[in-house]
Amino acid sequence: MQKTIITVVGRDTVGIIAKVCTYLAGNQVNILDISQTIVDGFFNMMMVADMAGSQKTIPEIRHELHQIGEEIGCQIHVQHEDIFQMMHRI
Amino acid sequence: MVSIFEVNETNKMIEHENLDVRTITLGISLLDCISPDLAELRENIKMKILTAAKDLVAVGREIEGEFGIPIVNKRISVTPIALVGGAACRQPEDFVEIAKTLDECAKAVGVNFIGGYSALVSKSMTGADRLLIESIPRALALTDRVCSSVSLASTKTGINMDAVRLMGKIIKQAAEETKERDSLGCAKLVVFCNAPDDNPFMAGAFHGVTEGDLVINVGVSGPGVVKHALEACRDSDFELLCETIKRTAFKITRVGQLVAREASRRLGVPFGIVDLSLAPTPAIGDSVADILKEIGLEHPGAPGTTAALALLNDQVKKGGVMASSYVGGLSGAFIPVSEDQGMIEAVEAGALTLEKLEAMTCVCSVGLDMIAVPGDTSGETLSGIIADEMALGMVNAKTTAVRLIPAWGKKAGDLVEFGGLLGHAPVMPVNSFGCSRFVSRGGRIPAPIHSFKN
Repeated sequence: MQKTIITVVGRDTVGIIAKVCTYLAGNQVNILDISQTIVDGFFNMMMVADMAGSQKTIPEIRHELHQIGEEIGCQIHVQHEDIFQMMHRI
Repeated sequence: MVSIFEVNETNKMIEHENLDVRTITLGISLLDCISPDLAELRENIKMKILTAAKDLVAVGREIEGEFGIPIVNKRISVTPIALVGGAACRQPEDFVEIAKTLDECAKAVGVNFIGGYSALVSKSMTGADRLLIESIPRALALTDRVCSSVSLASTKTGINMDAVRLMGKIIKQAAEETKERDSLGCAKLVVFCNAPDDNPFMAGAFHGVTEGDLVINVGVSGPGVVKHALEACRDSDFELLCETIKRTAFKITRVGQLVAREASRRLGVPFGIVDLSLAPTPAIGDSVADILKEIGLEHPGAPGTTAALALLNDQVKKGGVMASSYVGGLSGAFIPVSEDQGMIEAVEAGALTLEKLEAMTCVCSVGLDMIAVPGDTSGETLSGIIADEMALGMVNAKTTAVRLIPAWGKKAGDLVEFGGLLGHAPVMPVNSFGCSRFVSRGGRIPAPIHSFKN
């Protein structure tokens, strides 16, 4: 398992999750968990995904999702889970 | 599982508060390159560095891409060249040839600095040490990426005043050799007391003789993150203030530890240390001075500055030590003038003087760093300033350093511009009373009584 955290932040519009999930499904990235809030009209989503089955590397996925983010007016980040585990867990 | 709030906190630090890993520094031993033939020695050095560091920059970028954390610099430190070149070099020009080789290697592997054009002379100088020191001004003028350091003193050996006197002259020469570039050579030259073998930060990084063949050392940063965290406790007491710095330092250092571990694994090179330093850059919001202001000072240099810096330095260490398995290098807050916009403003406002900076170096990790002084400052005066700083390090058993730039043709109040990470600096006035009889006595100042611990 290669746990990756995908965050999407931006103005709330129709189809944000659909667009991201379609891309992930097309690249064999398995979504393990989704949490989402809306603060002041801003859409804020975090996905925990497993990239072990994907042919692509994190930097490649990161680059492509970044482009999708620009299309839908959101900022999308893709990072290995370890950076958050290290910083927030002893 | 991590929460959305924790993820957002981390990403806010990276995007808005300049959280980054300041440097991954690959230490390379050149002891096995030694040859009495200069051409062969240069070839050996080239082969060793190009082989050992070929993947350094690519691996750094890979880690940046995977974890989403910027790694600002990828650098190399090598065994002090006075030791490596001693058998082959007969004159200072021979050492300059080695400097050129190091510069070529740095450019070939894509690192922005290579440190270790150094001599360790805290007690006395060998002939090779002297030749290397004499070659420094020329070497720094003819290369772009080579950094030089000289260890002049230690708590165990005392202060080598012959070398202190010599370095005053050498710094002047380095300023003259690079006078067309605002004496940039001096920005790549630092002198030390109690120099650490595993410092990943430039200009003082070298791969000490106690180190193995290869090692990965990582320098963290993050003054902007500490500053933002402190904004939330503007009216709190010292307990909460210290606790906040400590918690933040822990988080910053954990990122450094992760990067160090990953770089070590991917390069197949042992992990050495994480250097817990708050290292500023000239970028807005990446300033140690701003932290001091957030703690409650109008400007760094105001009464209370030394106390504020002391607590900051201590809390950074307390938070950082638990976050990393091995801590080393300089580890503390850096207070360079030219590389910190808040420090520059403090000097320009008249709040911060050279004497106050000297006092501040008693309680933080480095010394008089990136300070421009008038171009007509004499070599003896520079040596006097160096001797004072070495004494602080020697007596307090800590690292201190001096990186002064006697900016050629400039006087107090003028501006010097180095560009990039080195920033710009207002020229600060220097006490003009003489010290030449003191400096020219010759010999060394003995080690202090409390160094005899056996």
